[in-house]
Amino acid sequence: MLNMTINEIQDEIIEEFDLFDDWEGKYEYIIDLGKKLPKLADEYKNEDNIIKGCQSIVWLHAYKKDGKLFFEADSEAIIVKGLVSMLVKVMTNHTPEEIATANLYFIDKVGLASHLAQTRSNGLASMVKQMKAYAIAYQAND
Amino acid sequence: MSILDINKIRQDFPILDEKINGKNLVYFDNAATTQKPLVVLDALANYYGHYNANIHRGIHFLAEKATSAFEESRTAIQQFLNAKYKEEIILTYGTTDGINLVAQTYGRKFLKEGDEIIISTLEHHSNIVPWQMLCEEKGCILRVIPIDDNGDLILEEYEKMLSEKTKFVSVVHVSNALGTINPIKIIIEKAHEVGAKVLIDGAQAASHITIDVQTLDADFYVFSAHKIFGPTGMGALYGKKDLLNAMPPYRGGGEMIKEVTFEKTTYNELPYKFEAGTPNIADVVAVKFAIDYINGLGKANIAAYEDELLVYATQQLSEIEGLRIVGQAKEKVSVISFVLDGIHPQDVGVILDQQGIAVRTGHHCTQPLMSRLKIPGTSRASFAVYNTIEEIDKLVAGIHKVKKMVL
Ligand SMILES: Cc1ncc(COP(=O)(O)O)c(C=O)c1O
Repeated sequence: MLNMTINEIQDEIIEEFDLFDDWEGKYEYIIDLGKKLPKLADEYKNEDNIIKGCQSIVWLHAYKKDGKLFFEADSEAIIVKGLVSMLVKVMTNHTPEEIATANLYFIDKVGLASHLAQTRSNGLASMVKQMKAYAIAYQAND
Repeated sequence: MSILDINKIRQDFPILDEKINGKNLVYFDNAATTQKPLVVLDALANYYGHYNANIHRGIHFLAEKATSAFEESRTAIQQFLNAKYKEEIILTYGTTDGINLVAQTYGRKFLKEGDEIIISTLEHHSNIVPWQMLCEEKGCILRVIPIDDNGDLILEEYEKMLSEKTKFVSVVHVSNALGTINPIKIIIEKAHEVGAKVLIDGAQAASHITIDVQTLDADFYVFSAHKIFGPTGMGALYGKKDLLNAMPPYRGGGEMIKEVTFEKTTYNELPYKFEAGTPNIADVVAVKFAIDYINGLGKANIAAYEDELLVYATQQLSEIEGLRIVGQAKEKVSVISFVLDGIHPQDVGVILDQQGIAVRTGHHCTQPLMSRLKIPGTSRASFAVYNTIEEIDKLVAGIHKVKKMVL
């Protein structure tokens, strides 16, 4: 897990989703991911960490360790939390360069872009944007 | 049993045949916007296909025809609200536009520092923000009528608020988030006793309730066509003639002038004074067909049938464990807001959508109301005359599925 690239993790998620042939299985899986995502510590659930553009509140906390960027996130809504959990899984523990240039094709491939209404996918899009913004900011600080 | 033939009515709305995620569409987001019957769609196509022309200016055949269709819609709206004069109907882009017009013209001209404006906790953002903007500019004070836990306005508190400082009252006729029908006749009467003018936001009332602005003695009444089976981007402001005459124009441009020189411009008379530029002709023309459609079914028949749906849905939803209906006002239109224990409204919306059921989730543009109720939002099912008991059964089954999947 530690040395998997962003694309390897994405491919793994795509493979997992191939197992589902209906929406229920897919959403139950996402809900399950949401439930398993560790709660974000209350100190990080602050105004600054709120992602704009989501119908439910989403918090994103980022920190850097040993030249790599790590993410932790949470949401009030369980499906969003599951989606957020996938994004975190893909993006966390990589270098800022890798994160800033990542091409997140898995969202489309697992058929979520089409399943998400505009408002919600905007939320996801804002989350990705914010993750990349952190990466760029950390790069600049180096 | 309704005297309306609902299956036949459903055939008037082609969109109801759409499949969503492979399922038959169940459209329960009528408070956001209603679907459009064929007569309205045909009216739009017919206008563009056969008599599109700019109005009030050409002398050619098409211009005459378009102008008279446009003005017939104004007459239809006049009758719809039972306004005394046709020129009391100002055509707008919708409810929001109408409220802004009044705040920016009547408000800016007649309100001054220290004057009080009263709204209510139930207001949609579009009946809050224009008044806040005015208060900021003029130094007026915004006061808010509280509600009880059922979602009814506390009228005693309203009466206590009224004084000679009260200059304007702007309240919603029917709450979009909870369905509460407000006692606007009393609200208007009390306001008039202290000499205040009253605007009623009729966005959610117009399709459900028979409106008579003369009996109500409303000074202003606004609504949107898209919530009464008409097109988007079109609405109307009713205002008493003497008030409208006393108000300065809103936007400047063509149509609203009598004579323009570089030194001075004189303004056109009512209603054109407030209708600068080429209006939304096609949609105005089509709204008459929406009103005729409603009249054809009979507003009382529509209301009676919607009430059946509301009673049935309230009963069925109340039986779902962990579901709480938000808004139990004494008088309600066919809107049910609810929360499910331990489940965020957004999750409800996503999973219902997968089953082809369209509801609205979130704060419904009433954030202050949601804070008062101490909830982040609700899921809201709002019914129209083309909805059925079977569809409500699907909603109930859908909610059970949400619970099964999320909890
Ligand atoms: C009570 C109420 N007021 C105002 C509005 C705003 O209407 P519009 O967006 O058509 O201007 C709405 C629409 O959602 C509403 O429900």
